[in-house]
Amino acid sequence: MESILEFNHINYAYHTLEGETKALSDITFSVANGEFVAIVGPSGCGKSTLLSLICGLHQPESGWIHLNGKPLNDNPTSIGYMLQHDHLFEWRTVYHNVLLGLEIQHKLSNETRQKARKLLDAYGLGAFADSRPSQLSGGMRQRAALVRTLVLDPDILLLDEPFSALDYQTRLTVGDDIGQILRNEKKTAILVTHDLSEAVSLADRIFVLTKRPATLKTCVPVTFDLAADTPMNRRNAPEFKHYFNLLWKELNHDE
Amino acid sequence: MNKSTVSTAQQNYLNRLRAHRFIVWFLRVAILAGFLLLWEYTAAKGIIDSFIFCCPSRIAKCFLEMTRDGSIFLHIGITLYETVVSFALVTLVGILAAVLLWCSRKCSEVLDPYLVVLNSLPKSALAPLLIVWLGANRTTIIVAGMSVAIFGSILSLYTSFTTVDEEKIKLIYTLRGGRFHALTKVVLPSSVPAIISNMKVNIGLCLVGVIIGEFLAARNGLGYLIIYSSQVFKMDWLLMSIVLLCIMAMGLYALIGGLEKIYLKKFS
Repeated sequence: MESILEFNHINYAYHTLEGETKALSDITFSVANGEFVAIVGPSGCGKSTLLSLICGLHQPESGWIHLNGKPLNDNPTSIGYMLQHDHLFEWRTVYHNVLLGLEIQHKLSNETRQKARKLLDAYGLGAFADSRPSQLSGGMRQRAALVRTLVLDPDILLLDEPFSALDYQTRLTVGDDIGQILRNEKKTAILVTHDLSEAVSLADRIFVLTKRPATLKTCVPVTFDLAADTPMNRRNAPEFKHYFNLLWKELNHDE
Repeated sequence: MNKSTVSTAQQNYLNRLRAHRFIVWFLRVAILAGFLLLWEYTAAKGIIDSFIFCCPSRIAKCFLEMTRDGSIFLHIGITLYETVVSFALVTLVGILAAVLLWCSRKCSEVLDPYLVVLNSLPKSALAPLLIVWLGANRTTIIVAGMSVAIFGSILSLYTSFTTVDEEKIKLIYTLRGGRFHALTKVVLPSSVPAIISNMKVNIGLCLVGVIIGEFLAARNGLGYLIIYSSQVFKMDWLLMSIVLLCIMAMGLYALIGGLEKIYLKKFS
């Protein structure tokens, strides 16, 4: 399969008055089209930085990133980015929150408006389209944030610990929900998480990063022999524990 | 809630609340009435010098006389006009300046000490200067009104703009928006409560500035009336003007309070 994203010898450091903090060191990997990749690593190791680089919010100090075989500047590839918090705006209704990206990218039309409505309906938010975000539960808010991202029809989806702000039970259901949605839509997704079971239940491949400055330690391909490969089924499969322990060992090895 | 379903405990709670509110309002009115009665009584009995301290009945009579010949409306109207114009300008210029400062971090860092100094300067010191520069006319009074509020307004609006959640701005960038979108979609809408509370402060300050201006450079208006009447010892005029200023300040503040209520009702 052709690769949609390529990282080539990427280095990145944060600069403050106190000095330089190396965040990423010589990271090289590629992600195939339609693949679901999870990135795990110790907290503060630069996982989120990686996503910011893909999105073009930061520039790498050296190395290059290609999306669909082209550099990031003026790249037509559409990137969706889900942040840790939903950041729904209280001064907009849920529906108008979902339209935010379309407004910014001047893509508002009857067609896209209809699509937004359809997605809201599909993800169980149809009845809440005209509500304020504060009237929604945490899980519903995160789903609304997902609709805001998906309505732009991204080619690649970046998930920056999008479930970590939810309570445990909601996290499981929403995580499974969203994982299922992305799998059905055949979206390429990169999930940054510190929750190993979340990574195992969702991903096709898992990248393990080391402590700062982060290097790519290993890459664990995840395959489950399941008739219906859903996150919930994965959690109950015997291989689950195996992958979990493998990742656990990898993460705690260098300490 | 339906009245028939209210439990006794809830009813007791509501009754206590109602009694509390009644007492608060009663005492408020009683203080004012008691004060006025005491004032009237002591002035009538000669305990205080009614030439210097005046008395409520004379103030009321004076007000009625001036409403009859209509002169009071001119004074009130002029002061009100000047206050509203300077308030509108402060709001507009304040928001625009804060937006400009937000757009350029360099600009805001360079200008910060100037704004701080201008804000802490006693603005009444500027009024004589304004008269020399702009002349003893209405422009001077409006600028004097603005000068009291504008610098503080810019500083506090800019502060509220910069304290907008960085992550919300990041969201705009992840949606491929630019700084302009960050301003119009996040910074301004989320600062509306701050803008309104800033307006509440400004309306009072503008009134202060306008009165200072009228003290020095007016032929009419309540500030002029105060200065003039103090010079000719017409204490009933003076006190009436102060009472009218109180009412005007209250009214303007209530107007913006109403605006805030409408906003809150719509967005929460």
